[in-house]
Amino acid sequence: MKVLVAVKRVIDYNVKIRVRADGSGVETNNVKMSMNPFDEIAIEEAVRLKEAGKVDEIVAASIGAQQCQETLRTAFAMGADRGIHVLTEITLEPLAVSKLLRAIVQEENPDLVILGKQAIDDDSNQCAQILAGLLGWGQGTFASKLDFIDSKVEVTREVDGGLETLWLALPAVISADLRLNEPRYASLPNIMKAKKKTIDQKTPEDYGVDIAPRLETLKVENPPTRATGIKVADANELVIKLRDETGVI
Amino acid sequence: MNSLVIAEHDNIELKPSTLNTVTAARIVGDNIDLLIAGKNCGAIADEGAKISGIAQVWLADSPEYEYQLAENMAPLIAALASDYSHVFAPSSTFGKNIMPRAAALLDVQQISDVVAVESEDTFVRPIYAGNAMATVRSKDSVKLITVRTTAFKMAEMAGKGKQEIGPSKGDLGLSGFVKRELSKSERPELTAAKIIVSGGRGMQNGENFALLEALADKLGAAVGASRAAVDAGFVPNDYQVGQTGKIVAPELYIAVGISGAIQHLAGMKDSKVIVAINKDEDAPIFQIADYGVVGDLFKIVPELTAELDK
Repeated sequence: MKVLVAVKRVIDYNVKIRVRADGSGVETNNVKMSMNPFDEIAIEEAVRLKEAGKVDEIVAASIGAQQCQETLRTAFAMGADRGIHVLTEITLEPLAVSKLLRAIVQEENPDLVILGKQAIDDDSNQCAQILAGLLGWGQGTFASKLDFIDSKVEVTREVDGGLETLWLALPAVISADLRLNEPRYASLPNIMKAKKKTIDQKTPEDYGVDIAPRLETLKVENPPTRATGIKVADANELVIKLRDETGVI
Repeated sequence: MNSLVIAEHDNIELKPSTLNTVTAARIVGDNIDLLIAGKNCGAIADEGAKISGIAQVWLADSPEYEYQLAENMAPLIAALASDYSHVFAPSSTFGKNIMPRAAALLDVQQISDVVAVESEDTFVRPIYAGNAMATVRSKDSVKLITVRTTAFKMAEMAGKGKQEIGPSKGDLGLSGFVKRELSKSERPELTAAKIIVSGGRGMQNGENFALLEALADKLGAAVGASRAAVDAGFVPNDYQVGQTGKIVAPELYIAVGISGAIQHLAGMKDSKVIVAINKDEDAPIFQIADYGVVGDLFKIVPELTAELDK
C-alpha cells in the first residue's frame, strides 16, 4: 500500500501569538515554526503502518513557502520516504489546498491519504473532508484507531458522544485525531538520513489548479479579554461569593 | 436571503445544537428551512417544525441516512443547497464531518466555527485557538457555515413550519456503520450544561474523578476534563474541553487541578463565571478565573461539596 500524508508548517504550538497592530493578521516573522501537531500524528501513523508491513511507501506533501522543505525533512526524519513541495507564497484556503492534494493524488495514486484533522493556526478542520469529497472517496475523520480488514479499513472516530466505528472502502481519506498515536522523536541517524531523501518541487500552476481565495479577511483582532479575578481563601468564601455576587448557584 | 439549517439528531431526539444554529441563521434573514435526514425520524421532523423561525422542514427519511454518513449526506445537502443563499450546521463533530464535504461538491469555501454574523456575507471566527478573531467576507454564491453553538442562544419552540418530503440520493456504498460506544451518563451533556466541573492532570488518576462527580451531582453539573487528563487515561475522550475537543460556555465553569494550557482555555474561556482550584498560584488558569482558590484540591473539593449543603 502507498500512503500520502500532507504536512503543514505552522506557528509552534508553544508560541504565544501576536496580532499585528494594523489588523492584517498574526505576526509570523521571527516566530518559531513547526509541523502542525496533528500532521505529526498522521506521519507517525503512516510510519507505524510501514513498520507493520502494511505500507510500502510514504509520500509526504507540503504546500507553502520555501521553508516547508524543513517541515518535509522533519517528516523524512520520522520515516516518510520522499516529498512533494508545492511552492506558493500566498496563504491558501482549505478548498485550494485540497484541490492541490487531489492533483497530487491523481499523479501518485495512493491507497490511503492521512491528514491531520485540523491545523492549529486556521483551525478550520476541513481539508480531509473536502479532499474525500473531491475524489469521491470515503472519509474517516477524527480517527483514533485504524484496522485494515481485507480491502477495507475500519476507523474508530472520536465523536461528541464517545466513539463511533465506520468501515471505508479503499482508497480512502483519514483525518488524524489526538489519540491515534503518540508521535516519535526523530533519532540523530534518521535526521542525517533525512537530508538525502528527495523533494520534488512544484507550483500550483504545474497542476493547473485554481487557488484564488474565496474569502477576504477584513480584519484580525485580539479576542475580548476577561477582567482580572480575585483569590478567595477557602471553599466557604468561594460559595459565599458565588451565591452573593454571581447568582450562578 | 433564504437559509437551510442542517439538523443534528440521532433519530430519537433533536439535539439542542440545532436550536443555536437556527438563531445564527435568523440573523441573516427569516426565511429558514430545516433538513432532517435520518431513518424513522418523522417525530424529529414534527419537533423541527416547531422551532421558531422554521418555514419548512425537509424530511429525508431513508436507510442511507440512518447514521448520517458524510458520503451520503453531502450529496443530499449539495442538491438542496442550490435553492438557498446560506447553509448552516452546528460546529459539532456531526457538522464538522459533513459540511466541508458538501462544500467540496458545491465548489464553495466553507466558513468554520462562526461566532458572529456581521451581515449576509461577513462573519467572525476564532483562529489560533481563539487567540485571534478573524472577520471574513465570502465571495461564494452559496455560503456554507458551521456555527459555534455557544455563541448563539437557543431558538424557541413556538413555530408552525410545514413539512415536505426531501430528495433521496441513495447509498454511495463508500462507507458503512460498524458500531458506536457512547458514554452513558445521568449528568447533563457538556455542551448543554449550565455548570461544568472539569479536572486536569492534578486529579492524579481516574478514581479521583469521583470527587468531581460528587461535586457535579450536588450542582447538577456535567463533568469535563483537560487534554492532559484524557491523554493520561483518567477519563474518556469525549470529556475533553479545548481547542480540539468540546467548546463550552456554561454559566459556571469550575477548573480543578487544571494549569490552563492555551488549548484548554480555548475551549472554556467564554464561560460566564470561571472558578479555578489549583495548588500552583502561578498557574495560567488564574489569569482568566473570576475566583481562584490556591490550595490542595483533595481538601478543597470535598469542603466545597459539603459547603453547598449548608
